[in-house]
Amino acid sequence: MLTCLLAFLARAHGAVGRTLALAALLAAGAAAQTTGANDAAGRAPRHTVPDTLAQRVEACTVCHGKEGRATREGYFPRIAGKPAGYLYEQLLNFREGRRQNVAMGYLVEHLSDDYLRAIAEHFATLDLPYAAEPPSRPPAAQAARGEALVRQGDAARRLPACVQCHGTAMTGVDPSVPGLLGLPRDYLVSQLGAWKTGQRHARAPDCMAQVAATLQPDDIAAVASWLAAQPLPAVTKAVAQAPGPWPMPCGGVAP
Amino acid sequence: MRTALRKEAVNAAAPSRAAPARGTNVRPGTTSAPQRRGIGPGRPRAAGRAVVMTIVGLALIALLAVAVVALNLNGEGALDAEIAASADPASYRPAPALVERGAYLATVGNCAACHTARGGAAYAGGRAIETPFGSVMAGNLTPDAEHGLGRWTPAHFWRAMHHGRSKDGRLLYPAFPYPNLTQVTREDSDALYAYLRSLPPVAQPNRPHALRFPFGTQPALALWRAMFFEPGTYQPDPQRNADWNRGAYLVRGLAHCSACHAPRNVFGATSESLELSGGLIPMQHWYAPSLNAAREAGVADWAEADIVALLKVGRAREGQPQEASVLGPMAEVVFRSTQHWRDEDLRATATFLKALPTASPPEARPAPARGSLYLDGALVYEKHCVACHGAQGQGAEGAYPPLAGNRAVTMDSSANLVRVVLNGGFAPATAGNPRPYGMPPFSPVLSDDEVAAVLSYIRAAWGNDAPELTRLQVLNLRAGRDE
Repeated sequence: MLTCLLAFLARAHGAVGRTLALAALLAAGAAAQTTGANDAAGRAPRHTVPDTLAQRVEACTVCHGKEGRATREGYFPRIAGKPAGYLYEQLLNFREGRRQNVAMGYLVEHLSDDYLRAIAEHFATLDLPYAAEPPSRPPAAQAARGEALVRQGDAARRLPACVQCHGTAMTGVDPSVPGLLGLPRDYLVSQLGAWKTGQRHARAPDCMAQVAATLQPDDIAAVASWLAAQPLPAVTKAVAQAPGPWPMPCGGVAP
Repeated sequence: MRTALRKEAVNAAAPSRAAPARGTNVRPGTTSAPQRRGIGPGRPRAAGRAVVMTIVGLALIALLAVAVVALNLNGEGALDAEIAASADPASYRPAPALVERGAYLATVGNCAACHTARGGAAYAGGRAIETPFGSVMAGNLTPDAEHGLGRWTPAHFWRAMHHGRSKDGRLLYPAFPYPNLTQVTREDSDALYAYLRSLPPVAQPNRPHALRFPFGTQPALALWRAMFFEPGTYQPDPQRNADWNRGAYLVRGLAHCSACHAPRNVFGATSESLELSGGLIPMQHWYAPSLNAAREAGVADWAEADIVALLKVGRAREGQPQEASVLGPMAEVVFRSTQHWRDEDLRATATFLKALPTASPPEARPAPARGSLYLDGALVYEKHCVACHGAQGQGAEGAYPPLAGNRAVTMDSSANLVRVVLNGGFAPATAGNPRPYGMPPFSPVLSDDEVAAVLSYIRAAWGNDAPELTRLQVLNLRAGRDE
């Protein structure tokens, strides 16, 4: 409310507006000061925030969206509802340098395993609605190629299908395999590219690095475009079991 | 070693003497002049002068080289004999009590922070320490025979700690803080050695340093050491009590606090006219505040328990003036090192820090500017900051630090404020604060103008009296330049 008033004054009326806005701000400050009982040193009383994990991880929401529900735009992935084991493994990866992202590396650098696990579990338990898929669709040929790679893989190139590990519904497999839906296309492309160029690693054996090494740039574009355009199924949580045996050994994935 | 060094020093100086001769030869149109002079009557005298000058020059260089070598070998004579008489390090078996003591000392010195690559094997080295002169690669300290300390004797290790010289005789770069570690006692050095020898060996080769010429050469390092390094031993001050002396020994030596909390000259050497008077950490663009200035992080007026709490928990003086929490590189120090210190060592450190000579009181500041930047900043604050830090900058109890009256906000250097706003961060997770609250990284959200505005606002609001911050300062700090 105050912000709107100040912004309006400052932008609409130039220098005079700024002065008025400043006066309003100072008056508001004075009012706030008189409402609370200041201590002997004239300091305002502390305000309080909830003693919850959600409040503690507010730092994540600037990029990952409110409650970790990033939309399908931009580069930031949604984290709400992803499997806890997967999220924990990623937090460790950022802290140990297997994944490179300046902001993430910096944020988790001085946090303990216990706390990172608690943060992962917090976001994993959030069961919140997803944003609708974007209206733009990939060209039919690209979509068909993407869908084929996701659902069937490419036996000739020994490429497993995505669904073999990420679940038939592509919502992930508890506790360590993430879902592939509801993510921005740019994020999917950048992650597959990062695996391909050695910027992103997982604990050895790094199965996704092997998969990405086989994928060609137009495969990546097709898979990412098709996945990003898919609606979410009615049940968005990760399933308990993969549809069959794991096609390849994966580090950091609980057996 | 001695002759090798001397030869290298002479060689290094040679190109500068050769350069003018090359220059005159290639300059067109002037080649005839020296030739004409060459056949004239002045030639024998000029040649004689040149010979004398050359001899004097060479003698001076030789003398300088001898002085540099002598200063570099300062006090090492007895060690050569000890190394020669040492038992085969392969048969070394560390005593458990010594290992335990060494493990604690390694934590106090935070050795693993540099000697462990991110995600790598503990103490196996490989982390690049960025300096203004290039990257120095931390070495492998595990007992691997080929790449680590497996063939080092305790005397070799002591020579590295005390004299800054490696097993093979090479001078070590002072990114390894031996200007501080030289104060560590032989007993503590032997305990550290025992601990490192108890680790599982890791066959990880050391990466070569990547330093710009001439900083990567041994003669340059020898010259630096001749100017800025002298092996030292901690001399207890009989005027002070045991706590103060223990604190001084830790702070000045193993904990190497001055590696960050002291200004550095253009040669990268710490210079301490006043001990721990603060310094900008090279390459990291964080400012390690002065520990003796009341306006920065001086603790002369703090209770000893508050200093202990800051180092153990990562925050202190909740609800009191000068409430403080650690950030950035100091968060790392608390996370990896000081939270694990014994209480008596923390108390000793507090005793020493409280007694540091205080800086002269700062000049009074003019009333802070409250122009358009301040107003724009108020708008940014309302939108992004108020929910956590409060409308009066008073902070949230147990969660977010106050900004009103916070010295980290009002001290002259605003480097840390820019870093915090851009990078965000969590306080370190410690036993006393296991689930710290976080600050979001605002670099994807706020422009340089907005960062300058909001920082100018918090530096001048609620009784704070610090000067405003310009967009250019933010731009420089964001780009990794000094303010």
